[in-house]
Amino acid sequence: MKVLLTGNEAIARGAYEFGVAVAAAYPGTPSTEILENIAQYREIKSQWSPNEKVAMEVAVGASIAGARTLAAMKHVGVNVAADPLFTLSYSGVNGGLVLVSADDPGMHSSQNEQDNRYYAKFAKIPMFEPSDSQEAKDFVGLSLDVSEAYDVPVLLRSTTRISHSKTLVELNAASERLVKSYVKDIKKNVMIPGHARLKRLHLEERYKKLQEYSETTPVNRVEWADKKVGVITSGIAYQYVKEAMPDASILKLGFTWPLPDKMILDFASRVETLYVIEENEPYLEEHIKALGVVATGKDIFPITGELSARIIERAIGGETHLPGQLAENVPMRPPVLCPGCPHRAVFYVLKQLKLHVTGDIGCYTLGALSPLDSMDTTICMGASIPMALGFEKAHPELAEKTVAVIGDSTFIHSGITGLIDIVYNHGTSTVLILDNSTTAMTGHQENPSTGKTLQKDPTTQVDMEALCRAVGVKRVFTVDPFAMDELKELIKREVATREPSVIIAKRPCALIVKHEAPLLTILHDNCVGCKMCMRVGCPAISHGNKKSTINAALCIGCGVCAQVCKFSAIVGDIPLTPIS
Amino acid sequence: MKTHNILLVGVGGQGTILASKILAEVATMQGHDVKMSEIHGMAQRGGSVVTQVRMGEKVYSPLIEEGDADNIVAFEKLEALRYVHYLREGGSIVVNDQQIDPMTVITGAHVYPPEVMEKLQERASDVLVIDALQLAREVGSIRAVNVVLLGALARKMDITKESWLEAIRRTVPAKFLALNLQAFEAGYSG
Repeated sequence: MKVLLTGNEAIARGAYEFGVAVAAAYPGTPSTEILENIAQYREIKSQWSPNEKVAMEVAVGASIAGARTLAAMKHVGVNVAADPLFTLSYSGVNGGLVLVSADDPGMHSSQNEQDNRYYAKFAKIPMFEPSDSQEAKDFVGLSLDVSEAYDVPVLLRSTTRISHSKTLVELNAASERLVKSYVKDIKKNVMIPGHARLKRLHLEERYKKLQEYSETTPVNRVEWADKKVGVITSGIAYQYVKEAMPDASILKLGFTWPLPDKMILDFASRVETLYVIEENEPYLEEHIKALGVVATGKDIFPITGELSARIIERAIGGETHLPGQLAENVPMRPPVLCPGCPHRAVFYVLKQLKLHVTGDIGCYTLGALSPLDSMDTTICMGASIPMALGFEKAHPELAEKTVAVIGDSTFIHSGITGLIDIVYNHGTSTVLILDNSTTAMTGHQENPSTGKTLQKDPTTQVDMEALCRAVGVKRVFTVDPFAMDELKELIKREVATREPSVIIAKRPCALIVKHEAPLLTILHDNCVGCKMCMRVGCPAISHGNKKSTINAALCIGCGVCAQVCKFSAIVGDIPLTPIS
Repeated sequence: MKTHNILLVGVGGQGTILASKILAEVATMQGHDVKMSEIHGMAQRGGSVVTQVRMGEKVYSPLIEEGDADNIVAFEKLEALRYVHYLREGGSIVVNDQQIDPMTVITGAHVYPPEVMEKLQERASDVLVIDALQLAREVGSIRAVNVVLLGALARKMDITKESWLEAIRRTVPAKFLALNLQAFEAGYSG
């Protein structure tokens, strides 16, 4: 039976069909749905981990203990997990281990466009690149087989258009989920220098054997057609090539580290003109050119953003690609904080106080945009807290003018060590944890601070206040962000205090709670058209004919606009007391 | 058959994802090769969202190129204008007569363009304007805008009405089925 699955659903199905027994991940677009779908298979022990490094290490432990395992993350998550990955390449596996990296060409929802294929070469581990959902599923099985046969973790590299496109997939029954027995072997699993040096030699032997695999695996194949034009390609780019160049001969690479040198040389010698077509970096091209092959690649095809069939056609036709020409001068529609979002109140207050804000990664990063304009920096997960300390170390007077802002899930991910650094190194920074009881931006996943697991089962909840106190922060406060005056006074006081403090602004995400609060309306007799309410940047409020209006279909009655209005023009059916 | 391309555009939170599920189901039921691509990383955050559905004998790329869409379904007027250049010559566009101001308009940085429908008509020969919000309200829930619009799209496509209804039955939870079947009917009969 064929069904339409996203690449992520297909990878989850592959984990089920090919005997994965343990799976772990941290959410991150476009990888999140892999574990959400694996969670449907109760035969697999699956979990959200606090961050990608931990997820990877759980997978490493399960693999060495004997289970087939899968770890999944977005491209930048692999940076976090790189430490265990590089040394696992030395020790190898027991049960097969596949690491899924979902890259984001075009940066639809990411802070950079890194091409994680280089990780395979760098860590000396084999890599598969699927070009549709069927291959995404099949390659999970191949990855596990290669992992066990060559004693090595395997990288399965997806991209947004693989992970989030639906294509037809043939479903099969699950094979038996056998967990191998564990045998202690310190030469293999204790990577002290004496053991690692032996393994280092083994890595090069393994590379030669994997090269042989690459030359013979059916996922590296030639599709012969007209030999005037040949194309070497992989991943989603293969689909664009098939569409743009139906007459070309194609060397389609599904296994892209190590590369099949003999196959490449043979193919190149049989075609008149050779193109290397790949999204983002010239990963294949550099290798192919180093073999002495003459080919055309990034000199005509773009290195940035996503490819498409049209971009390929135009590049070959000699046109430079111009990014999407709009038919009209149409205003942009960037994502915004939702109506009733608890973050809005915090950023409004931070703007009023004219503070510098070292920010972090989540929905609250949207606080950087107009009209809230309340974020100075966003670099990576967890950076907000140590960066606030860095601001203070560079300019001591900035300590009283800077706050770090981080979400609950991001704080657990990699904010805690930064907070310890502030305490340890005599910092005085103020840290705001925006605790909305979920991992919101990636679509509402549970995390250790929500008290629920991936499967929504109850579990021990991290006590944020106690955690902050335990690392040595004496000034820890919890506040409702909708109590804006209280929040403002608290922040003013704490930035002025010469010791570290943590303010937990606690209020669940507006999309996960049913609100009992009344909807708000604007009394047009009281409204003087000052547009003060427009400054909170709520999509439910609009302004025309010198009066503001609230869209009842969008408003959830959070009351932030009512607190900002100086003319008592915004009212609800019952008094606006913060909901606890 | 030639590959048929349908572009769904709207604002995060308008229900484009359910609409594209139903569309993918009906396409698969015709025995076609189908590919569907969605950008939904921040879809709940009120940003511009796009779903692309392609069906045919054999479909390679999941992406629709500019000037190649046979149908566009726009859940919001401004989004119709943003993507109208994806329509092929002779293609048709179904547009929901609803205005949702983007934050760039709310803050006053930009003006919501006037006369959107006229501009669409200048660029496309077949523009079907539909007040899906009102029709959805009439069948019982403004959340059914998405299926009302599919009903309108069905008028423009060569797929039997019974196939569409079956796709809805297979996709929508039982609790909301009656509502959605009515919503489809409302869009289909206009």
